[in-house]
Amino acid sequence: MKKAKQMNWLVALSLLLSSSWVQADWAVNMREGVTAISRDVYSLHMIIFWVCVVIGVLVFGVMILSMLMHRKSLGVKPADFHHSTKLEIVWTIIPVVILVVMAIPSTTTLNAMYDAGDADIDIEVRGLQWKWQYTYLNDDPEKEVKFISSLLTPSEEIYNDARKREHYLLDVDNEVVIPINKKIRFLVTSQDVIHAWWVPDFAVKRDAIPGFVHEAWTVVDEPGIYRGQCAELCGKEHGFMPIVVRAVEQAEYDEWLASKQEEAREVFETVGKEWTHDELMEKGEDVYLRVCAVCHQVNGQGLPPAFPTLVGTGLAVGPMQEHVDIVLHGKAGTAMQSFSSQLNAAEIAAVVTYERNAWGNDMGDMIQPSEIHEMMNGGQ
Amino acid sequence: MSSVIEDHHHEDHHHGPAKGIMRWVFTTNHKDIGTLYLWFSFLMFLLGGSFALVIRAELFQPGLQIVEPEFFNQMTTMHGLIMVFGAVMPAFVGLANWLVPMMIGAPDMALPRMNNYSFWILPFAFTMLASTLLSEAGAPNFGWTFYAPLSTTYAPPSVTFFIFAVHLMGISSIMGSINVIVTILNLRAPGMTLMQMPLFVWTWLITAYLLIAVMPVLAGVVTMMLMDIHFGTAFFSAAGGGDPVLFQHVFWFFGHPEVYIMILPAFGVVSAIIPTFTRKRLFGYASMVYATASIAFLSFIVWAHHMFTVGMPLAGELYFMYATMLIAVPTGVKVFNWVATMWQGAMTFETPMLFAIAFVILFTIGGLSGLMLAIAPADFQYHDTYFVVAHFHYVLVPGSVFSIMAAVYYWLPKWTGNMYDETLGKTHFWLSFVGINITFFPQHFIGLAGMPRRIPDYALQFADYNMISSVGAFLFGFSQLFFMFIVIKCIRGGKPATAQVWEGAHGLEWTVPSPAPYHTFTTPDGIDLKEAHG
Repeated sequence: MKKAKQMNWLVALSLLLSSSWVQADWAVNMREGVTAISRDVYSLHMIIFWVCVVIGVLVFGVMILSMLMHRKSLGVKPADFHHSTKLEIVWTIIPVVILVVMAIPSTTTLNAMYDAGDADIDIEVRGLQWKWQYTYLNDDPEKEVKFISSLLTPSEEIYNDARKREHYLLDVDNEVVIPINKKIRFLVTSQDVIHAWWVPDFAVKRDAIPGFVHEAWTVVDEPGIYRGQCAELCGKEHGFMPIVVRAVEQAEYDEWLASKQEEAREVFETVGKEWTHDELMEKGEDVYLRVCAVCHQVNGQGLPPAFPTLVGTGLAVGPMQEHVDIVLHGKAGTAMQSFSSQLNAAEIAAVVTYERNAWGNDMGDMIQPSEIHEMMNGGQ
Repeated sequence: MSSVIEDHHHEDHHHGPAKGIMRWVFTTNHKDIGTLYLWFSFLMFLLGGSFALVIRAELFQPGLQIVEPEFFNQMTTMHGLIMVFGAVMPAFVGLANWLVPMMIGAPDMALPRMNNYSFWILPFAFTMLASTLLSEAGAPNFGWTFYAPLSTTYAPPSVTFFIFAVHLMGISSIMGSINVIVTILNLRAPGMTLMQMPLFVWTWLITAYLLIAVMPVLAGVVTMMLMDIHFGTAFFSAAGGGDPVLFQHVFWFFGHPEVYIMILPAFGVVSAIIPTFTRKRLFGYASMVYATASIAFLSFIVWAHHMFTVGMPLAGELYFMYATMLIAVPTGVKVFNWVATMWQGAMTFETPMLFAIAFVILFTIGGLSGLMLAIAPADFQYHDTYFVVAHFHYVLVPGSVFSIMAAVYYWLPKWTGNMYDETLGKTHFWLSFVGINITFFPQHFIGLAGMPRRIPDYALQFADYNMISSVGAFLFGFSQLFFMFIVIKCIRGGKPATAQVWEGAHGLEWTVPSPAPYHTFTTPDGIDLKEAHG
């Protein structure tokens, strides 16, 4: 009876296992990737894997043989040996030799990974709770391209109210675009807690640490879209800050960069113009949902006490200046970060105006992007 | 050496245990305290396990179904903390309490009153830690490794409770280790040399030194956090001129020896069980001792292999890679010695032996994946993925936890005077063995395929293996209730055990009757040192 129950379990489990194995497009191994380094890493991984398999087969083989042959039920008498200096020396030296042999290619690869000099393009990668900011560094600050890249997967998919599409949780609004066959250097840092920027196809993983700028680099040789995720626990949305890199031909990259630079110029110009209340509200809602709602929630109610409500009490219905200050500079000791480097003046003006006039907040006031611009540059 | 002890004996030679609850509150008897530790750790094992089941239930399918990400993070954190500090460590202290005095022919632990304190601190520490789940902003949510500044500037207020709880656990561990060291060095039966001690005693002696060396480091790092949070310092805050990476160096200087604290006593247990059921002496006793000491030494100089991606200089990476690879050598010696012990023995496969053999195989799998993780360039791909989760669960669950279960089955007849039910024991073994492998083996694959650890939701390509893993986790989890049933059944009755219990058992603990009397070896007379180690 007991045995039969056990068998049922085993049968059920093996069915589950086998039915799953039939399905296709499954990765069970490390990706080989699309860079020289990632291929080196992959081959190191495979070598050490097979070394482990061989050791495992030998050790477990001897054990299993022993379990089969040397059982009391076969009437064997136990032998009496209990040490052998020769044998012990042999099985100390053999592992040492294997390790030395493994250490050599590992050292070479590691050395190459650390050679981040002579890059063609420098991109600053900044981790923020819970998105990535990319800055394409340029000696001419007017030509610097800077944008935030955050999760595109809608919450209906996450909460199972909509069908999960391809690239679920691995899709972003703004991809990092890089040219192929160029050495790209990533300068990785963080605004708040420690994150880690990881793209498996490049074998690049670098911790993004506040107060440090660490280098990583890659040369991609195939155009394509490469996806990764934050790899260091960074708070509640840690699982929801993917990375998407699109590698393209040089010409396409140049075109993309030019259009981004043009966009930046346009934004700069819009800051100067006079905005209407409706324009600010419309843009504000857009910014709020993209940036603020993750903590303060779509309805502004927040998740107290960590993320306070904005409705009816507190900053959003207090003096304008204090409200703007918190958005610009953050609040020390809380999750509220400084948005002055993430959002432009128009976005900040819009979102502040929105928060003061949404969800029944009825302040009726507004602030112009040009005023914010002044505070941002005057305050520094 | 033992004049004080002898006086003590004359006073209470005929005392049995006190009656009622106060027996357990005031007890200074090593057997009672061992029992308390073991039950406490089992309770924590169930609590930490229930957190693990919340995690696995949420990860059964992609999408968020059961818990919110914030609570998920609290679960991963509490699961790790409770299992490491509440389940595995106290279980080994419990085994040490029961067995070390009986194995070396001592009447009790050297510092019995302190022994009582070091146990009774724990319920308070863990009540405080667990109570944070009820606080408004929730329990600690920054992972059991609590990296700053997530655990300082960005932590929930309950972090202060966590810090205080860690301090209490540290005090308990240090007192426990002092006791173990003093007992082993001073209370061995007259004439017993260090190299005559059973390996379990050796491994615990070395473990106790590790604990004394690193628990103050843990206390230091949480105190620095406390200062950062409440007293305006900036040890780990870059904005104040501090260094978040310093946290990781200090933490792992504790954390890596901690890993060995959780496995060395397991080596001792397995080195006792395998010779018994092969009816053959342990192969390479001396090299086992030296290998244990080497592992302990190496554990202090490899900590930054947990930090290959933080951006250390190349020289640092290379050093920590080489040093880490070196650990494979003494660990290999141990595994080879166990296999050589089995070779040409006359084996039987009672439940403790099954757990011990599973330990050798599955711990070796965990050790081999550890060797893979040591290769720094490859670690850039493995780091913080489920491959790491699979690795350390293989060394901790079928490693440490299986060895504890093996120890319980092995010594339970000595403790209770009754044999446990062998059929039920074997059933428990196979359920655990199958459950644990279904849980953790697929995690190697999802890790290599790129699933980061500590995420409440995942991309669709990881769905199938996660589902399998969750099924295994529930199988393993509920099998442990069965374990509890078997143990309670054995305590309440069963076939009476002989003094030697197992045909091939050697060691002083098997020379006393079963169940072991409340006081054993009250005088050193008549101890046969030839029996000391198997």
